[in-house]
Amino acid sequence: MATLKELSKKDELLSGGHRLCAGCGIPPIVRLILRSTDSGIVASSATGCLEVGTTVYPYSAWRIPWIHSAFENSAATITGVETAYRALKKRGRIPDRDIKFIAFGGDGGTYDIGLQSLSGALERGHNFLYVCYDNGAYMNTGIQRSSATPFSSNTTTSPAGTVIPGKQEWRKDLTRIVAAHNVPYAAQASPHNWSDLSKKAEKALKIDGPTFLNVMSPCPLGWYTKSEDSIKLAKLSVDTCYWMLYEIEEGVLRITYRPKEKRPLAEWLQPQGRFKHLFKPENSAILEKFQARVDLEWQRLNELDGKQIF
Amino acid sequence: MAEHKKKLLQGNEACVEGAIYAGCKFYAGYPITPSTEIAEGLSVRLPKIGGKFIQMEDEIASIAAAIGGSLAGLKSLTATSGPGFSLKQEGLGYACIAEIPLVIINVMRGGPSTGYPTGPSQADIMQAKWGTHGDHPAIALTPAYVQEILTETVRAFNLSEKYRTPVIVLYDEIIGHMREPITIPEPGELEVIDREKVTCPPDEYFPYDERFEVPPLAPFGTGYRYHVTGLNHKKDGFPTNDSKQINENNLRIMRKIENHKAEIWKNEEVSLKDADVAVFSIGSTARSANFAVKAAREAGIKAGLLRPLTIWPFPDAAVKELAKRVKAIIVPELNLGQMVLEVERCAGGACKVEGIHRVDGEPITPAQILEIIKKHAK
Repeated sequence: MATLKELSKKDELLSGGHRLCAGCGIPPIVRLILRSTDSGIVASSATGCLEVGTTVYPYSAWRIPWIHSAFENSAATITGVETAYRALKKRGRIPDRDIKFIAFGGDGGTYDIGLQSLSGALERGHNFLYVCYDNGAYMNTGIQRSSATPFSSNTTTSPAGTVIPGKQEWRKDLTRIVAAHNVPYAAQASPHNWSDLSKKAEKALKIDGPTFLNVMSPCPLGWYTKSEDSIKLAKLSVDTCYWMLYEIEEGVLRITYRPKEKRPLAEWLQPQGRFKHLFKPENSAILEKFQARVDLEWQRLNELDGKQIF
Repeated sequence: MAEHKKKLLQGNEACVEGAIYAGCKFYAGYPITPSTEIAEGLSVRLPKIGGKFIQMEDEIASIAAAIGGSLAGLKSLTATSGPGFSLKQEGLGYACIAEIPLVIINVMRGGPSTGYPTGPSQADIMQAKWGTHGDHPAIALTPAYVQEILTETVRAFNLSEKYRTPVIVLYDEIIGHMREPITIPEPGELEVIDREKVTCPPDEYFPYDERFEVPPLAPFGTGYRYHVTGLNHKKDGFPTNDSKQINENNLRIMRKIENHKAEIWKNEEVSLKDADVAVFSIGSTARSANFAVKAAREAGIKAGLLRPLTIWPFPDAAVKELAKRVKAIIVPELNLGQMVLEVERCAGGACKVEGIHRVDGEPITPAQILEIIKKHAK
């Protein structure tokens, strides 16, 4: 595991000057992951903020080979790329050096439209890391709900009104869906905890086989928050146990971070405009329901800690 | 007209108004630029009138859910743009053969693939006709003004219910995102066609009864039991390998549209009666053409515009007739030549046909069209 000083000396593989928003969680996540290996990297991105924001002609922020195909197929595209490299190596057409393959996608491109493509690639066992940057909605098209959107969140397609107070469904538990494919490694991380994220990326990239990281990615635009609060909010998502940091390695679940003091969920929700309606007196029951669900999920995870779950 | 019914709306917002006016009660969709405002608008409007808005996990699921909503008896809509329209093609073909009323809005952006999401295009004309495999009927409408997006969305629902078939509304990003003052029609002002009710007893009901040109469709759950499939089927809906029945199945879905082309066609003509040079154009390009035709008239050139609001079935008769009496038909379109091929086919050599094509994400200007009008007027 590299120290922060060592990490900072590594090449910046996603350059400055990209067009992602100020305060966006994606660049620090991507940069840290790209720093977590000394091998060469080839990456793909699904359609989304990362793809659009880093490749506006005539510039590219990517200092590695990078491919964008479409919205639903980042994992399928990296399947082809990884297989081609393997075939070319076998035929002696390219030097036999270690190359890491990373597929990136947002929550829309991973939880929803890209789930089939991801599932296929996991099942076939390709040698790649899939990274989902989860900002909890389709931010690139203007904040529409996804299956990663938190319960009760106000989005442009789950508008919070007087009758229906935002999104009515719970978030899909993608990390465990991925782990259920019996992949060697799947984990959840957050950019505020750089050492946890970097360790997980390093571990995932060393494994031969499909691995997965689901990373909380604050979005000032869609969360209606201040740009300078993003990392603080990422930390609060973890300290309230909404976003739990854990890994599932060879089927064994392990919690990698426990908040010293579990914070009330409201501390994470209140600064975010998308949850504004929850703080009206008439919606206090919704807030309680949300808190109870988070408590239950944290309790369940603790029950599974250290156990072989897949 | 009540003053409060005047609104300054975006094209996509007018589409929402049209859908509500037509009685749409079910929307299933997926976010995609430049059509997302339709989903956003209906996510607010439909729950208030007892309708259902569902955001689906992808484009394929969206059209599948809309098919389900329609079979249950609700007027159903899905909206998208090029990449999503590509994904919906399987469902579109299914709705054609299973004869399920459905409206699909395609706000056209640059392509192929992700293309130019925020730029206009008219490059899905042929996809609207031939995007799904196999021979199948196609109805596609092409509004050019924000007001028309409302009225043509209503007409799309009417045609889909009347002919029991999916209807596509095609308009480019320019008019999808443009704002214009429009008038929301009063109830009863526009014709609204509802699905024909089944009157026979359940044991005499066949969803694909050959005795009808368009057999009535009984909503699921109303006691009329039948089978729905994408396979060629018999009158009860069950699959068949009988070549005679397969043939009849394939021919009837074409015939029900072919026999009613004249009722489905809708054209606007601008100073066409005495024209020497005609322009054939749709959507935002037709707005430029309109301007160019007026400028040509001011310059003493007898120019006119034929603007189809129904592009499929293609307005064969109008183009054939026009070709006999003009020197040239000019076809400006935001693609590399799609409608122009159909115009050439219908003209059959009776006049010159010249396309103006643009795929740089910018609109075709009146000056571009005027220049070609002048060339042919000489």
